[in-house]
Amino acid sequence: MARKTIDRRWIFLLIFVGVALPLIFVIGLPLETTENVRMVYDLVEETPSGSTVLISFDFDPASRPELYPMALALVDHCFQKDIKMIFTALWPMGVQMAEDVIDVLQEKYPEKEYGKDYVNVGFKAGGIVTVQAMAKNFRTVYPTDMNGTPISEHPILRGVKNFDNLAFLFSLSAGSPGIKEWVQIGHDAYGRPTSGGVTGVSAPSILPYVNEQQQLTGLLAGLKSAAEYEYLLENPGLGTSGMDAQSMAHLIIIIFIIIANINYWRAKKAEKGGK
Amino acid sequence: MNRKLPLIITFLVGIIVIVSEFIPHYPFGLISSELENWFLIISGFAIILGQLSLFKVNILKIKYKKPNWPYSVITLASFIIMVGVGILWGTQDNSGLAGNGQHIVAVMGSKPFDYLFHNVYQHLQATMFSLLAFFIASAAYRAFIARTFESNLLLISAILVMLGNTSLGSFLTSWMPQTLNFLHLPKLAEFIMKYPTTAGQRAIMIGAGLGIIGSSLRIILGIERSYLGGK
Repeated sequence: MARKTIDRRWIFLLIFVGVALPLIFVIGLPLETTENVRMVYDLVEETPSGSTVLISFDFDPASRPELYPMALALVDHCFQKDIKMIFTALWPMGVQMAEDVIDVLQEKYPEKEYGKDYVNVGFKAGGIVTVQAMAKNFRTVYPTDMNGTPISEHPILRGVKNFDNLAFLFSLSAGSPGIKEWVQIGHDAYGRPTSGGVTGVSAPSILPYVNEQQQLTGLLAGLKSAAEYEYLLENPGLGTSGMDAQSMAHLIIIIFIIIANINYWRAKKAEKGGK
Repeated sequence: MNRKLPLIITFLVGIIVIVSEFIPHYPFGLISSELENWFLIISGFAIILGQLSLFKVNILKIKYKKPNWPYSVITLASFIIMVGVGILWGTQDNSGLAGNGQHIVAVMGSKPFDYLFHNVYQHLQATMFSLLAFFIASAAYRAFIARTFESNLLLISAILVMLGNTSLGSFLTSWMPQTLNFLHLPKLAEFIMKYPTTAGQRAIMIGAGLGIIGSSLRIILGIERSYLGGK
């Protein structure tokens, strides 16, 4: 059955225009928050000031457009609440992602000191085994920070022996190793509150961990979650500005799906009429 | 003995790790922690092994002028340049063998490694990922056709989730009265993701989990030996 098809170059062109224009001319479509994002926000809100948390940057530049806005919003929130942060990475490029977040937020919070308010202990290979070893004894896995400074020299790490000394664990994850490893060890084996942020495409495989047992305390899934978090912080940023573009791209895709179905039904009708 | 010794080691290590999960006391806890440390050290060496393998594969490709061999030249050149500038001038806060390269930083604005990372590598990776948007749009146009009952379900769910996950979805159904709140697009998308999708995913995860237990037991008991190489 022959049906009309659109040259894929037209689809590419329209997607390009649909994504590019809203990034230049912001529409400002309304936004509302979902339960999973509110859970993450509440987790940070309810963490007492002065507590120490661990944030793992388990992604690389490929997933940056979705996960970097989340990272910015989360770290910003922790700074606002005066929560101390240990940055680590199960992906080699994650170290640089954490550094990029800090470079931006240092301008907003010049009073925050490296080693006292936050520290980057860098990347460790080994995935789930690294997390397990970290849970038992943080210092054997990270005797130094990413710059080679012994962790005993950083006030933030002096009281941190294992996961018991951390208020919560958070993984910004683009795959494996990532959020699953933190849930399986951090929450399931050691009972620490665990949360995370993932790309939109991997959200369905992680959502089962958001359950009554709170294996994950909420989940930031995709750019929309980043925008929602910014909305809750009343601080529109990269996530919010990207939402218009995402809305337009989805709308264009839906229009093309409708066109394809109309073409299919017309061709089917013509075929029936021809018999 | 070449094959028996690895099988014995695998069996003993596997059993000790399993037992230590149920009896995390001396000596099992200690042995298990020690094994974890060994794993971390071996993981570090695995990275070196991966790099050596990358060199070997690409050098052979260039040597025998296999299809697309010029890409191998670019791969190796990129690898050598990134490692080279990293070793010579270090990264952001770390100095390299040739110091901090202040004269280079004065020209480039940052250290060569950081400059290449931010201005080349980061954008190349972002470009590769961004291309997905175009291919997904084209694939959706071809694949989401309402041919059967199942494809109808897929089509409707896809459209609801796509719209519900954008600000446009909130905007389109924001006029709905409170009594029809369950038909609000973000709520519908949340419902689909929370119940049918999660239920399906749980089934897959349970199946995969059982599969992992099965294959782990096969390896520990020496039934599955393909990891030893050979036939």
